[in-house]
Amino acid sequence: MNKCYLGVDIGSISTKGVIIDSYYNILSSNYIWTLGNPIEAVKKLMKTLTIPEGYILSGIGTTGSARKLIGLMLGANVVKNEIICHAYGTLNYYPDCRTILEIGGQDSKIIMLNNGIITDYAMNTLCAAGTGSFLSSQSKRIGVDINDFGKLAISSKNPVKIAARCTVFAESDLIHKAQLGYKKEDIVAGLCKSVVLNYLNNVGKGKKLREPIVFQGGVSKNVGVVKYFNEVLNTKVIVDNNSHLMGAIGAAILSSKEGSNKEFNLNIDNIKFETKGYECKGCSNNCEIVRILKDDKLIDSFGNRCEKGSGIKI
Amino acid sequence: MDKVVAFPLMGNYYVPSSFLFSKISNCKILKPPAITSKTIELGSKNSPDFVCTPFKYTLGTFIECLDEEANILVQMGGGCRYGYYYELQQKILSDLGYKFDYYNLVSKGHTDIKKIYRILKEINPKLSKIKTIYYFGITVKMVKYMDKIEDYIRENAAYEINKGEFKKVYDEMLKKFSKVKTYIGLNIVYRKYKKLIKNININKPENNIKIGVIGELYTLMEPYANNYIENMLEDFGVEVKRFTNVTYLLFEKGRKTKKYLKKLNNIKYKMGADAMDNIYYTKYLIDNKYDGIIHIKSSFCTPEIGSMGIINKMCEESNMPVLFLSMDANTSNVGFETRLEAFYDMIEMRKRNE
Repeated sequence: MNKCYLGVDIGSISTKGVIIDSYYNILSSNYIWTLGNPIEAVKKLMKTLTIPEGYILSGIGTTGSARKLIGLMLGANVVKNEIICHAYGTLNYYPDCRTILEIGGQDSKIIMLNNGIITDYAMNTLCAAGTGSFLSSQSKRIGVDINDFGKLAISSKNPVKIAARCTVFAESDLIHKAQLGYKKEDIVAGLCKSVVLNYLNNVGKGKKLREPIVFQGGVSKNVGVVKYFNEVLNTKVIVDNNSHLMGAIGAAILSSKEGSNKEFNLNIDNIKFETKGYECKGCSNNCEIVRILKDDKLIDSFGNRCEKGSGIKI
Repeated sequence: MDKVVAFPLMGNYYVPSSFLFSKISNCKILKPPAITSKTIELGSKNSPDFVCTPFKYTLGTFIECLDEEANILVQMGGGCRYGYYYELQQKILSDLGYKFDYYNLVSKGHTDIKKIYRILKEINPKLSKIKTIYYFGITVKMVKYMDKIEDYIRENAAYEINKGEFKKVYDEMLKKFSKVKTYIGLNIVYRKYKKLIKNININKPENNIKIGVIGELYTLMEPYANNYIENMLEDFGVEVKRFTNVTYLLFEKGRKTKKYLKKLNNIKYKMGADAMDNIYYTKYLIDNKYDGIIHIKSSFCTPEIGSMGIINKMCEESNMPVLFLSMDANTSNVGFETRLEAFYDMIEMRKRNE
């Protein structure tokens, strides 16, 4: 029997899953929307992923903002943050990569590498400007399907200037430009450019972007943003075919490195998972304690700041 | 009406400060309630939005104390916006309708014993000079002992065999410290607990990960304000080095800054508050081959913003990992954990590949 590994990346907007073999080739993968419900999304994802004949699942890695919850749910052997997972996933395809640009739904990050080792990283701090959710909400506003967004953008010859500092300004600027009667593709192109400038000003602030540069995350599928990255950085950024799956691939690789002799399975459809919030009344901190129930049995709780909230029984 | 003194909370330093006041004043000491989310809510609600976070924390604590029964408040002042806390908080609190006396013991970061004595005399007119000097001496020594032990704990707590032992013994020591009566008594307690703490079994690997934490003083020293960063690092198995403590700020800073300034050839001025000190610490951590630096400040801390650019450049030139964290009154815990975890993983990855 050959071994295979599952990596799941549960972001705020989308949920990604891949199954790789021990040589890190992708056997099965899928990308679905989270729709604000990671538990259901992962259940749905597990149904669509298939383990080929002759393979056994010998590791699960989870990453993304719901990594802790889903890690518990799947019984994962590795639960790692997005930065490490993205780096491992990318290094598998581009071992000499020096800079990773990642723009996801809710956050964006930059990772610097040298000889396959992370030397520096940064994440967006206060604001969601220049992330996928900003783009998708604006696409709804101007009535363009998010999937056509990029294509429309590159058709523009004269992108409008949109304030890139902050989403609030960008949005009011956008409305203003639309009311002046600019063409839709020019506005869309301006938005893509503002995402690039915002990213470079906020996340990439003060960092030297050395080549080769790899661009990934959901937004990397938007050809308009890719075009303006090339233009602004005056180079060609690499966008892999699997650029949206890199985090999940990294999680799977990490899980294979961790090594485990246990056999895992994907069949979680019949198990009921539930998260229940609980406000600890131990002191005026009122910590919100998150309890994860599996078939009505408490499997873990977190969120407590002191010992008082740790052993909460139902 | 009884006089009841209260002061802001910072780390474990309420032990020496309440000791001093219980000995030399005729007032009752109110131990401020531990900082919770309610404290910050109160503080933020009544503060200007863009003031640095320690202002909000201390204002919140004062309101909680005044609501209990305190009527004398004691604050310190530093060489930055911290120097204006006294005036502004007095104004805000009296506008809120509280009646209280408010004293500022240290202004501009200079410890002037004569001035402190004058203020204490105002609170307690019967105070004798000799008594003040005697108890002041004990308090200074107590702070120094605490800082010494805390330094040792930071270096070793990650490697203790029985989890939580250091904290247990140290808490016991603090309890004993608050009951000390004489100088000799303090020394006896210190020696006993020093021995106990040094005897705690640890299992420290040879090539362990060492991280230095630098930055703005309040956020560094009050664990609630920095999201218990030191405990989190210890859970990762990291040896923590912190330079800033009360011993340094009150009793050594004046002397040492001149020394630091001489050793830094790229800096000519003190840059306000602890900015230059932190640049020196960066140099120290780089020279002594630490594995990483974490710079913490409260949002809107101007002197530290000045130092960050220089620290960033120094770290980049010497290939030293550095993480900048800016703590606000409502920082989300999750984003903080992700960043810290990634920082640790990055250092661990580098170390393994060395």
